[in-house]
Amino acid sequence: MASQDDRPQSELRRRLLMGMAAAPLAGFLPKAAFAQTPPTSAVNTTGLAVTDTEVTVGILHSVTGTMAISETGSVQAEKLAIEQINASGGVLGRKIKFIQEDGASDWPTFAEKAKKLLVNDKCAAVMGCWTSASRKAVLPVFEQYNGMLYYPTFYEGLEQSKNVIYTGQEATQQIIAGLDWVVKEKGAKTFYLLGSDYIWPRTSNKIARKHIENFLKGTKVVGEEYFPLGHTQFNSVINKIKLTKPDVIYAIIVGGSNVAFYKQLKAAGIDMSKQTLVTISVTEDEIDGIGGDNIAGAYACMKYFQSLDNPNNKEFVAAFKKMWGDKTVIGDVTQAAYLGPWLWKLTVEKAGSFDVDKVAAASAGIEFNKAPEGYVKIHDNHHLWSKTRVGLAQKDGQFKVVYESPDLIEPNPFPKGYQ
Amino acid sequence: MFGEYSLGDLGSIFAMQGFAGLILFSVYLLMALGLAIIFGQMGVINMAHGEFMILGAYVTWLTAEFFTSHLPALFSIYFFVAMALAFCAAGALGMLVEWALIRRLYKRPLDTLLATWGLSLILQQVYRSVFGPREVGVTLPDWMMGSLPITDVIEVQINGLFVMGLTVIITIAVFLMIFHSRFGQQIRAVVQNRQMAGAVGIDTEKVDRLTFGLGCGIAGVAGSAFTMIGSTGPTAGQLYIVDTFLIVVFGGAASLFGTIASAFTISQTQSTLEFFLSGSMAKVITLLTVVAILMLRPQGLFTLKVRR
Repeated sequence: MASQDDRPQSELRRRLLMGMAAAPLAGFLPKAAFAQTPPTSAVNTTGLAVTDTEVTVGILHSVTGTMAISETGSVQAEKLAIEQINASGGVLGRKIKFIQEDGASDWPTFAEKAKKLLVNDKCAAVMGCWTSASRKAVLPVFEQYNGMLYYPTFYEGLEQSKNVIYTGQEATQQIIAGLDWVVKEKGAKTFYLLGSDYIWPRTSNKIARKHIENFLKGTKVVGEEYFPLGHTQFNSVINKIKLTKPDVIYAIIVGGSNVAFYKQLKAAGIDMSKQTLVTISVTEDEIDGIGGDNIAGAYACMKYFQSLDNPNNKEFVAAFKKMWGDKTVIGDVTQAAYLGPWLWKLTVEKAGSFDVDKVAAASAGIEFNKAPEGYVKIHDNHHLWSKTRVGLAQKDGQFKVVYESPDLIEPNPFPKGYQ
Repeated sequence: MFGEYSLGDLGSIFAMQGFAGLILFSVYLLMALGLAIIFGQMGVINMAHGEFMILGAYVTWLTAEFFTSHLPALFSIYFFVAMALAFCAAGALGMLVEWALIRRLYKRPLDTLLATWGLSLILQQVYRSVFGPREVGVTLPDWMMGSLPITDVIEVQINGLFVMGLTVIITIAVFLMIFHSRFGQQIRAVVQNRQMAGAVGIDTEKVDRLTFGLGCGIAGVAGSAFTMIGSTGPTAGQLYIVDTFLIVVFGGAASLFGTIASAFTISQTQSTLEFFLSGSMAKVITLLTVVAILMLRPQGLFTLKVRR
């Protein structure tokens, strides 16, 4: 408890220090800079934390607890984006200042911190959350206090809110293109679906099963299984896989289980050159823990890989490594988190206002050309149009892109025929 | 469900499934041995057991990194060095914890639960701050990867064999020590009657410290071995703690034989059920069975006296 009592004080101290540091700088700014900046009273009619020189946004991720492993990359990407936006002049002439809160891998804490960011700190927008559980916990808070959340993770869909922009893919975007590819390219007929036992893998596998059974021809599911989060023994299911000999192992296993699963798969002699393994839950981040040797030859299906060969991405990867070190890797969600602050900036500039209602209304149709994944656009349903790619895992922990959907795929969070 | 498979296929699958059960048994026993000593012999509920295991895993990772950069020629045998270091590191930390924390709480068993739970949170955050929140990948020497093909279908995993061998060695060593060494005699004496043991000249505090250190050291070796099959991250210890307690409690808290019997029963049930049902359902049924048996036999499978 003591640490929580301390927090507001240290926050205040930090703000005072920042203020003191900023004060002398303000004197040097040329007068012209102020002239271009629209007056605060015009761009902020709802009492958000916007001054003539600054606008406050929140960052809300877990930096402690189980989820810190995944959410660290998102925090890094968001800080990088904010720094770059500030270096290029900020938003409506105002520098972005961020307040970071720790959700501590605990969903009620997420809700509490979200409320703090919206009610006490009056953040104009919040970049945050990772798991669906944390998003579900903060959603009522954002709707009640009318905040703006930029959510980076690929997720199961079945949700849409005026107050949320989903910068990751929803399930159908991620899954269907990948299944079509593996059937066409590998001639796959039989699938074995695996997952950790919670909402995202279950919903995703449901979509995969519907697509395999109803939309593809001559394909079938020969097994479907779920394991408790944190399960570490996969020998029995590996035996079942050996017995049923599916063409494709479709795995949506997360967290520490992931590492155990791939290590045991490799030890059991499953040859990924003969049997295709497709996953939608392993990014470059996870491979760090799994070990490139153990997963080389598997296919991952998502919208972004660090190895994407385009000028935007090269610039992004270089900037990211410069800020966070050469050894860091960038996964799909990290890239999606990077989009959050940029999309918000573009939306605010289009709306000409920081007001949440105006930002929410202006979101649809926002285009971002400089995204590392390539061009993206916000759909009316607040998800992103994006391409889906298939990457082949390499021993060095990177993916080689072997397929890219020709067009942007429309986000469809409530897919007909898949529920 | 087996109609479409040939007899030969079925035979080899059952052989492999039996082997999978044995691996699971070794893993469970290795996890539980350290705790069985601490909980069984000392009556201390050590919630930080998983974190001691992860300390062993991190020591293994550091050793692997060291060998890669400084002694690449000896990389193929680094794992043995790593296990020895893991034992020493976890054992030393265990003795430190006993001295600083546990010995003040012997008369308040439930408080040890809270204190060691706090310790586990502290250790998790220490690992996160020191090694980073992301999992680290431990590179194994080539000979420890892959499997030995026995027939076309039956393949025996080398790291599974390794864990089994290690478990057998450690179990035998623990038994020899507890039942055939002077130190073991002292441990048992302290467990049975602390005052009397003290009166005949046994330094009971020293025995406590060494016992706790021994239990933690074995946890460290287990953690080191599990880098082959599981993940190494700040919170990975949490993956093991529930299963570990389950085995020790089910076996009867004070009995090492009980721990072995219980690890065997639970692993075989789990692995067989997992084959016929899905992973989550297998776990549910295993847990329900354990609950039912513990309702009938609250003292666990085997019973001995508890520390007074």
